[in-house]
Amino acid sequence: MSQGQVLSSQSGVQSPFVLEGRGLTVRHGNRQVLNIQSIQVTSDKVLALIGPNGSGKTTLLLCLALLQKPTTGEIFFKGNRIKYGQLTMELRRQFAVAFQEPLLLNTTVWNNVTLGMKLRGVKGPEIKKRASYWLERFGVALLARQNARTLSGGEAQRVNLARAFALQPEVLFLDEPFAAVDTPTRQALFGDIMNILQETQVTTVLVTHDRNEAQSLAHRVAVIMNGSIVQMGSPRDIFSSPANEVIARFVGMENVLEGTVVSSQDCIAEISVNDQVIQGVTTCNPGGTVNIFIRPEDITLSLTKPFNSARNVFQGLITSIIPTGPLVRISLDCGFKLIALITRMSCDELNLSPGKVVYAAFKSAAIHVITVK
Amino acid sequence: MDLIIEGIVRSFELLISGNAEVWRITFLSLTLSGTAVLLSLCIGMPAGVALALNQFWGRRFVVSVLNTGMGAPPVVVGLLVSIFIWRRGLLGFLEIAYTPYAIIIAQFVISLPLVAGFTMATIQQLDPKLRLQIQALGASRAQMLWLLIKETRLPLLAAVMAGFGAVISEVGASMMVGGNIPGQTRVLTTATVMEVGKGDFGLAMALSIILMLLAFTVNLILTMIQQQSRLK
Repeated sequence: MSQGQVLSSQSGVQSPFVLEGRGLTVRHGNRQVLNIQSIQVTSDKVLALIGPNGSGKTTLLLCLALLQKPTTGEIFFKGNRIKYGQLTMELRRQFAVAFQEPLLLNTTVWNNVTLGMKLRGVKGPEIKKRASYWLERFGVALLARQNARTLSGGEAQRVNLARAFALQPEVLFLDEPFAAVDTPTRQALFGDIMNILQETQVTTVLVTHDRNEAQSLAHRVAVIMNGSIVQMGSPRDIFSSPANEVIARFVGMENVLEGTVVSSQDCIAEISVNDQVIQGVTTCNPGGTVNIFIRPEDITLSLTKPFNSARNVFQGLITSIIPTGPLVRISLDCGFKLIALITRMSCDELNLSPGKVVYAAFKSAAIHVITVK
Repeated sequence: MDLIIEGIVRSFELLISGNAEVWRITFLSLTLSGTAVLLSLCIGMPAGVALALNQFWGRRFVVSVLNTGMGAPPVVVGLLVSIFIWRRGLLGFLEIAYTPYAIIIAQFVISLPLVAGFTMATIQQLDPKLRLQIQALGASRAQMLWLLIKETRLPLLAAVMAGFGAVISEVGASMMVGGNIPGQTRVLTTATVMEVGKGDFGLAMALSIILMLLAFTVNLILTMIQQQSRLK
């Protein structure tokens, strides 16, 4: 069965998008779990779907990968509308999916990696070539003869990814590929995937709740919350100019302060927060109420008043110090609450402890301002 | 105590001397029960997989019937099958009452819910995402069914053992639909019942020991396959 019969061909115009979803909704009983007006997957680019757990990212991935039929809406593959039926299998054979859990079958690593290619009718020598290459590439070639059930979590995930890449798909779907592995494995695997995605330039849809993964791997990011896309744009747009408070918090802007714009000149505004004045780059008009967002890692701490380009310097009292891995979260009371993230080493050097008074500084460009409606 | 010792001695005598009747009964038991289990596997496994994977109207009812069937007394099954194959029954025209076919049908009905039920339970234990992964690899529905059965081959052997264990040891249904006709429908269990009735405890004992050995050997072979492939 040729592809043309599965797709209802429309105009002869080539769509710039490999995959496109329009008006996608998914309902489970009375509960709507997905409501996507439109989403496009651009050829040769990585699209990241980010959002908190349970926001509908994986459901959207399953719909786009043709593994779940949406309740309503249409999906277009290379500009042609997909008609659901048994023949969607033919289209699925142009995709590959790697889930968070490795989901390997109870047989050898080699059989696992070659199974998909066999199902897709790839010829024997080609199967051998691709399986060897990708097992080698993911550093698991020596495990080829082992049963997949005997692998460690990291090894299994590498086999899972080798299996997906060996299919040489038109679109690759990665559903939280690093979420279920331990930290050292994650870092190594992350580096490998980054290189491979750059090299192969395979069109990819990456689901993740980790903003750093999205920031480093994606060309475009869609933020999904409560089943809908709340913001879509380049990683730079999303992470430096989140559209609202919820997204701002999700992308790591933990400091949220409400204030009033007192004056505005040359894109620099003075904003009054609890009788203190913060300067920020924004075009908001005076008199308006705004929310100010600051990333904790953009705040520097010092024991004496710093002489640098930072326009915003405030004296504050340390209220708590919480170590989180190699970093330390420091809560300050500067007349308003502020959270700063510094390295453990800096914390030790400054000899910080609760009750101590320090100077917190941040640049006017480091703050993101959203008008409160 | 004497009866037991006599039975054991007698059974070895009968086996070693190659008593034609005993061997024929044993062989018939094995053939009929083996065929019934094989047939129930052919239908019960795909049915169990289908029940595990699909949601449809009336599914709960079917599953309840299946669960009840797993514990159905062979006598009841024998009665139901008898009603069907009786001369004036729905399948009376087949004229299979008191033939080996009747025993195969009855044992098939006993084994089917066991095989289907075990298969369903086994497949339901798999990660639901495994099914999506197999589909995503490009499998058709039939290919997925086969891959899932292959994936659960070890626990599925338990289904085979349960089915075989149930039919090789049942007596009520075979007696009722087969009639214990020598050379045709006399199997180990019906022969044992008859010998006890006649008061020949020694022979009954011998037949029972053979029955146990048979059940044990088949299960031993299946267990060995199961445990060996687990280690691979």
